[in-house]
Amino acid sequence: MSIKKVTSHPTQNEGLIFERSQTGRVGYRLPKLDVDEIPFDDLLPANLRRDDDLDGVPEVSEIDVVRHFTRISTWNYSIDLGMYPLGSCTMKYNSRLNEKVARIPGFAGLHPLAPEEESQGALELIYKLQEDLCEITGLPGISLQPAAGAQGEMTGVMLIRAFLDARDGDASKDRRIMLIPESAHGTNPASAALAGFTVKAIRATADGLTDMEHLRELCDAGGVAGVMFTNPNTVGIFEKNIKEICDTIHAAGGLVYMDGANMNALVGIARPGDMGVDVIHLNLHKTFSTPHGGGGPGCGPCLCSDELKPFLPTPRIEKEGDRYFLNYDIPTSIGRVKAFYGNFGMMVRALSYIYTHGNDGLKEATEAAVLNARYISHLLSDTFDKPYAGDCMHEAIFSHKNQAKKGVVTLDIAKRLIDYGFHPMTVYFPLVVEGAMLIEPTESVGRSDLDAFIEAMKDIDAEAQSDPELVINAPHSTRIGRLDEATAARKPVLRWKPDMETFSKSA
Amino acid sequence: MRYIPNSPEERDEMLKVVGLSNASELFRSIPRDVQLGRSLKVTDPLAESEVIKELEGMAAKNTGASKPSFLGGGVYSHFSPTIVDHLIQRSEFFTSYTPYQPEISQGTLQYIFEFQTLVCQLTGMEVANASMYDGSTAMAEAYLMARRVTRRDKIVVAKSVHQEYRDVARTYGQHGDSEIVEVDFDAKTGLLADLSALDEKTAALVVQSPNFFGCVEDLQTLADAAHKAGALLVVVVTEAISFGLLKPPGHCGADIVVGEGQSWGVPMSFGGPHVGLFATQEKYVRQMPGRLAGVAYDKNGNRGFVLTLSTREQHIRREKATSNICTNQGLIALAATIYMETMGKQGLREVAAQNAHKAAYAKKRISGIEGYSIAFDAPTFNEFVVRGPRAAVEVLEKVRTENGIIGGLALSKYYAGRDNEFLVCVTETNTREQIDALAAALAG
Repeated sequence: MSIKKVTSHPTQNEGLIFERSQTGRVGYRLPKLDVDEIPFDDLLPANLRRDDDLDGVPEVSEIDVVRHFTRISTWNYSIDLGMYPLGSCTMKYNSRLNEKVARIPGFAGLHPLAPEEESQGALELIYKLQEDLCEITGLPGISLQPAAGAQGEMTGVMLIRAFLDARDGDASKDRRIMLIPESAHGTNPASAALAGFTVKAIRATADGLTDMEHLRELCDAGGVAGVMFTNPNTVGIFEKNIKEICDTIHAAGGLVYMDGANMNALVGIARPGDMGVDVIHLNLHKTFSTPHGGGGPGCGPCLCSDELKPFLPTPRIEKEGDRYFLNYDIPTSIGRVKAFYGNFGMMVRALSYIYTHGNDGLKEATEAAVLNARYISHLLSDTFDKPYAGDCMHEAIFSHKNQAKKGVVTLDIAKRLIDYGFHPMTVYFPLVVEGAMLIEPTESVGRSDLDAFIEAMKDIDAEAQSDPELVINAPHSTRIGRLDEATAARKPVLRWKPDMETFSKSA
Repeated sequence: MRYIPNSPEERDEMLKVVGLSNASELFRSIPRDVQLGRSLKVTDPLAESEVIKELEGMAAKNTGASKPSFLGGGVYSHFSPTIVDHLIQRSEFFTSYTPYQPEISQGTLQYIFEFQTLVCQLTGMEVANASMYDGSTAMAEAYLMARRVTRRDKIVVAKSVHQEYRDVARTYGQHGDSEIVEVDFDAKTGLLADLSALDEKTAALVVQSPNFFGCVEDLQTLADAAHKAGALLVVVVTEAISFGLLKPPGHCGADIVVGEGQSWGVPMSFGGPHVGLFATQEKYVRQMPGRLAGVAYDKNGNRGFVLTLSTREQHIRREKATSNICTNQGLIALAATIYMETMGKQGLREVAAQNAHKAAYAKKRISGIEGYSIAFDAPTFNEFVVRGPRAAVEVLEKVRTENGIIGGLALSKYYAGRDNEFLVCVTETNTREQIDALAAALAG
């Protein structure tokens, strides 16, 4: 084989495992069966048994698997490689210590149905994490059962629904409107719908804050079950009228849900419970640095006020004397949202994060994260359009206005950043800013890297002005170029089949 | 704080650059009266060695993790090849985000595509998604999807489906207009037999196989009955190792297959994180919840993968999305993928066969003990229900405290009135000695 360019190296052309498979290769060995083998016909009738010989399942050796995954892994950008400034996603350092402790056999090897007497350490860990998260948010009720942020949201709005149903009885059916800012995460309205609410959008002011006048109008129109908002909001600005928002909703008979996706801007500084918030979810995979893992697992604890506590999911983890136990006897509960007790392995990591930071470290991390974002916001504001004048918290927002004149849009800027060695920022979110670029450096980036990022952004702007095609055709440095997503959606190929085209169509 | 790369001096300089004199000024947009103004009441910072000691201390109290155990019921003890946990700890996998920028996320997108393919192959279905949170939430989503597909609102579910799954589905559906009818299993066989609840309002018949009692359902018959009523058949599988031996639901007429993939190399970890499986027929793909990876080409004809059909999802469709799910179980789906590929065709068959043989041996041993019998006579895979001479809670307590064995799960936890019965699970990790010790303990 002649090697023409880097992208033709075998390591860059690793196919699908199915394309590597060779009949007869094995990658495992089990201990010899230590009981008598029974003829299959005596075990299970033939009509219940598989007869397709597991068609298509690959046959590979152990080293095939190791090389396969090692090769494809190098096609991923990662936090460990560099700055990953996805706004709203909070890509901070995932410590190896947290990975290590989650794998302690006493945690990793514990069956969820093991007797309570034999699971006291796991229950203690959940209990202690609950206590710390309650202190951090200023809210007394908690369930760690939700598997991710969206499920924490669903749990939270279902608590609101259960509370209203209990308080208002039949009249609750006239209170089914959930107010949600236009700038919200898409999960907010999708979760509200699951609790039987209809969504009404709240407008924002030119400053990027909740439009109080519009909020009052919506409340006056009646039927308001509550509000779901994010604070700092999704443009990275703290809702300074937070108390007034809560008071207005409460006066209208509704409850306040806060999306805690941006809680990393507040830990140790301010607490939702002190602002009048009734219910919140946290993303342990954001604020408490459990790894995002290419799209999960997450953990989305739901915290609430005393009023909402009776409705939390079952079971609850409680303590009596020195004994921890699972309380299933909660007749007012909304029910269970996930089998067992939640993504326990993520809880171990989050508690390790809290212990490592301690009270001072948690606050220090918040300060460092906000400072990093402010630094970017400040130093790029001459080059990129900054849609809101106010101080940003943990993330900085810009638009492509200054570059779009040359035909260079946010997507192009994002792709060009890849050539400069950075993961792009969050693009086109929130929807309220045209061509939004939401940049969240987190506390895990040092000044020299921030400076390099800022320089890269300025260089891209210069390129956009002088040689827009260069930016529009980016990235230029990756194994593959921009992929045709429209065709992919029109003619979806969602699994490998033996007759599938291999690596390249042409060439 | 050792995770923060900037020194205090660097931070001071940066504050000056942005026109501030100290860190507290960063928060001047937060009204004073909602600022905390004190230290959080959590621990002082601990050194790395102290964190390990503290958490190892808690882990040591989980004595259940080190005892011979015959617990199943939705979470299973299986051996995971060493490379599974090694490979998922590569920085490029575990410290990356959802692959929204395909040019620098091909590693993640390609393994999702392989995961989807393997789930299709093992379930016998045409399309599978990138994962759900777990089996229980996958089943809840299947209820919602069946209602969208059929425009009917009644769900008929067997009581032999895992109680916690049924609880979760009930929570998800409580604010829609759905009606959930739970139907009994046959007292003798343990199988679903009474299908009289199926009617023209039924969106789906939901059945688990092997069911909670370990019994293997006759899926083809159930599919025929469901289809005759114009309903979908939703099959739930909690023990993914069973796919290596049992006829896949997709070959028996299932319309949606949901399940739990924990058995594919994922630690039990006190119930999570695990990985939900969701597969269906191609004609329903646009009604599916969750992410999907698909093939795409760049302008040079190079094959790559992208997240696709996202107009179903919440970030586009908001309250009209097919589901509110966003983050799923990416890294756990990777672990399952590596497990399936390492075991391969032969390994998946052999491990399934070992489970069946060992469980059959245990069944024979235990049913030979005076006063003990097998509660249901349907064929089983690696779990079965034992009926004992007295309360199962007492029997299991005695075996645990006197013999150091966790002998199974008392059915009374989920099934009131079945006091003398307990569920025993035997996998390839249980040795013959352990099985003999359990039998001796029960006999003693």
